[in-house]
Amino acid sequence: MRVCVVGCGAVGSLFAANLSLLEDVEVWAYDLAQAHVDAINESGLRLSGAGEVVGHPRATSDAAELPPCDFGIVATKAMHTESAIAATAHAFAGGAVCTVQNGVGNEEVLAAHVDRVIRGTTFPAGRVVEPGHVQWDVRGDTTIGPFEPQPAPMDEIERLADACTRAGMPTEAVPDARGAQWRKVIFNAATNPIGALTRLTHGRVCELPPLRLLVTQLVDEGKAVASAQGIVLDADPEELIDHAAKPEVAYDHRSSMLQDVLAGRPTEVDWLNGGIVRYGEQVGVPTPMNRAIWALVKGLEQ
Amino acid sequence: MIARVCVAGAGVIGSLFAGHLARVAEVSVLTRRAEHADALTEHGLTVSGRSDFIARVHAAPDPAALPEPDLVIVACKGTDLEPVSARLEGRFAGAVVMTIQNGLGAEEIVRRHGAWPLVSGVTFMSGTRHTDTHVEYILDTATWVGPYGDTDFALAEEIAELIRASGLKAEAFPDLRPAQWSKLIFNATVNAVAALTGLPHDPHFAAEERLSDLGFLVHDLIDEGKRVAAAAGIELREDPWEMNVLATKRGSAHYPSMLEDVEAHRPTEIELITGALVRAAREHGVEAPLHTALYRLVTAREAGYS
Repeated sequence: MRVCVVGCGAVGSLFAANLSLLEDVEVWAYDLAQAHVDAINESGLRLSGAGEVVGHPRATSDAAELPPCDFGIVATKAMHTESAIAATAHAFAGGAVCTVQNGVGNEEVLAAHVDRVIRGTTFPAGRVVEPGHVQWDVRGDTTIGPFEPQPAPMDEIERLADACTRAGMPTEAVPDARGAQWRKVIFNAATNPIGALTRLTHGRVCELPPLRLLVTQLVDEGKAVASAQGIVLDADPEELIDHAAKPEVAYDHRSSMLQDVLAGRPTEVDWLNGGIVRYGEQVGVPTPMNRAIWALVKGLEQ
Repeated sequence: MIARVCVAGAGVIGSLFAGHLARVAEVSVLTRRAEHADALTEHGLTVSGRSDFIARVHAAPDPAALPEPDLVIVACKGTDLEPVSARLEGRFAGAVVMTIQNGLGAEEIVRRHGAWPLVSGVTFMSGTRHTDTHVEYILDTATWVGPYGDTDFALAEEIAELIRASGLKAEAFPDLRPAQWSKLIFNATVNAVAALTGLPHDPHFAAEERLSDLGFLVHDLIDEGKRVAAAAGIELREDPWEMNVLATKRGSAHYPSMLEDVEAHRPTEIELITGALVRAAREHGVEAPLHTALYRLVTAREAGYS
């Protein structure tokens, strides 16, 4: 089996390094950061923290070098999906492409470039420490399933899930992965922008009662939009929010959106709160609070 | 007749009042810092920009060191109103006290510290404070005054007349609330959005094209504020949305004080502004979810100052 990880930041690196340990999987890593690519090719892709791994995927920043692949795992930030898949789609002419990105709307972008698309949601997290080295902060599960308008068949999805699971990235193939996806979208949309706007860590956001109420307002709107689409969440996002607020989990975590804002980078808000607002419009569910937060974060990006 | 004026608080607005009024009255300035008072007494107060002169003022950090005034203008920031009012307690029994703070509720805070006749003020003028003794007069928009509680309207008229004579713009109204509320809704919206986004009051605040444009949120916030005003029985003097659009077209974008405050990790005026609007909404039984959200976000931002 040949897999190409498209976008080899923290999450992409977790998949690429772990999958490359399997004897029956050949892993390619496509990323535009040349220093990262060079470091991976010279000394391997090192993970430390939640797991100590040195993997040896073949890395490239030149999409033309990619051979035909059975699977793509797209792990770019949501704003880079279009350019990344446009460059690499030729490698997936006979394969299926799975997104493990944040937010909603990525599958639609992939489907415009490749035939078979797998919807995916992943919870492991980390950060790039230096080229070729990723700190693995949190282990977690991944859920994948068919993207209904252009699905990959279940047996194909199960092959990918099996490989990821054997590689130490527990992955479940399910017929409808929207429940997991929307739980994470709702979680991210309700907490990340609040951290970005107040500069507070996840734990601090949750322990200020008025702010926690605002988080719940955002969650409730997201739940209503999911429900109107017939999506059954795989668990309550509120549980995830309270779990993450524990000191031993992510109390001190500054959301990636806060990190983006402080670094002057664009954020993924268009695919989080913006996604909830757009899908809400499609199904006639009002989302005034997500829309307000979306506008504030867009203002913050200016 | 108003012959002696005491300005309590010499920030931008206090300095603009003190400097101009010194041309038509004997002006004293109550400062927080002794060195600020010393500098003012020694060098006078330079006013540049739309005005150009040096005013002679008598300044002190202790009201006991100042002459008895006929009028006190409490011009400190809303966040300092409580301590400044406390320092005035038991003094200046013969004076009228005028408030000029943003938001609502400044008069009640002052009232807790004395029985002076009160006059409400709202000001739209602006400037920049360059040093303790130099303020630049930038926007020559008006100050509006009106009687508070049992105060005679004639007193408000006399104060407006004095301010006009000093070279600033002013107008008196029998009921100031329509103007106060117009500015309240404007400030609650623009200041909080600026503080949270880091944006000065620029054309983003009036943009209504893409779904995520800030102008839609600003518009929704203003509409929500107008519903609170309507429920409170207030007929607004000016449409806050038009005030917003006009202000974003001025060319040089204004940095609302709340934005400067959060960037400098200072307490903001959120309680007197957005807090007052949210409390009024609750009191009159209308929903204000968006202003409530901004109130929560800005107070949380303050809670995070390290």
